[in-house]
Amino acid sequence: MNITRRHLLLLLPAAGVAWKYILAGTPEAAPNYRLSDHWWGMLIDLPKCIGCGNCVRACQAENDIPDGYFRTWVERYHVSDYDIENPQVDSPDGGKRGFPPVKDAGGKNFFVPKLCNHCAESPCTQVCPVGATFVSPDGVVLVDKEYCLGCRYCVQACPYGCRFINPKTNTAEKCTLCYHRITKGLTTACCESCPTGARQLADLKDPADPIHEFLKTHSVHVLKPSMATHAKVFYNELDGAVR
Amino acid sequence: MADDIHRDLLIYAMNVFKDAGHLFRLAGIFVAGLLLFLVIRHFVIPKSFGQYGHYRGNAVSEVAVRPIKFAGHQSCEACHADVLDKKKDGKHSHVNCEACHGPLAMHADDPTSVKPGKLDTAILCARCHEANAAKPKGFPQVASAEHSSGLPCDTCHQPHTPAIGVSGAK
Repeated sequence: MNITRRHLLLLLPAAGVAWKYILAGTPEAAPNYRLSDHWWGMLIDLPKCIGCGNCVRACQAENDIPDGYFRTWVERYHVSDYDIENPQVDSPDGGKRGFPPVKDAGGKNFFVPKLCNHCAESPCTQVCPVGATFVSPDGVVLVDKEYCLGCRYCVQACPYGCRFINPKTNTAEKCTLCYHRITKGLTTACCESCPTGARQLADLKDPADPIHEFLKTHSVHVLKPSMATHAKVFYNELDGAVR
Repeated sequence: MADDIHRDLLIYAMNVFKDAGHLFRLAGIFVAGLLLFLVIRHFVIPKSFGQYGHYRGNAVSEVAVRPIKFAGHQSCEACHADVLDKKKDGKHSHVNCEACHGPLAMHADDPTSVKPGKLDTAILCARCHEANAAKPKGFPQVASAEHSSGLPCDTCHQPHTPAIGVSGAK
């Protein structure tokens, strides 16, 4: 078939429409950021945590989290030598304003920052009835606010208590691992503001990331490994009393 | 004899398919319903749904477009190289700027019109250095009431190089 000028003129707009249709399905990625190149997690170096609450404040500022709700928070554990199985945990206002003096300096006292564990096999995404929450191709558990019904299944399903319903939007809220920052080559707000380096963003697909050496040389654990969630928040020197 | 059987079979078959018209009509309704379903489905389901999995692929980039509040220490250091130099040898060399100064992406975007606020060392230093039995043992801690009897910390310590007697300390 010979394509005349007339045919071409007719074909061009059709091709244009078709191309636009194809492009409509392609999300605008940040420049030079490829989803398949990353697999995000976080390292929490517990012996370095001083419970200052900088991470909690930074997270609330960065992500406009309403007062009294937390995407990350800091818990203080008190484990007495005579009752290891029943640690006492407090987290006044999420540890946002630091902690009052310990009631009992005996036994063990230490801080444990908590956040979404960005599980590779996350229970929260599996219960969503509408496909509003998912593990992104680069390993971050995200919520699609446009699709979320606010049914609270995921809030209940998270074994780590990391989700809540945002009172303003009435949709599920959680740590995005500062997805708007890490896709631009920055670290998360909590890691940026942690004064001791107790929190470190980790890219498990990056062979040059220090996380690999760290995992090989330290006693690192995840929370609730028995639930097989494949959590990607790694705690260095995690005490067995931590739930 | 054989002809009789053939005739009987023919009558039987005609009786069976006599009302086949109903079936065709029913099938037609099903096909029309299916087409309608497919057309509605095509318009209702977003284009990017299923791109990566059972969710809207565009949701990934929608989360990523949020503006940042913390500029990141690389941005600070581009202009404030002098502070970086001062911090370099001190105990606070690994503390990022915004850990104390707070989120300042607005300032980094427009340094002339957005100025960071003044900090209160009495509150700021205590956040990390107020003594608490739950803090790691090696971490420098003081009971501020006893330590300075209410004087602001920067009376003696220069926050960028906190050790007294180091260059920059008052």
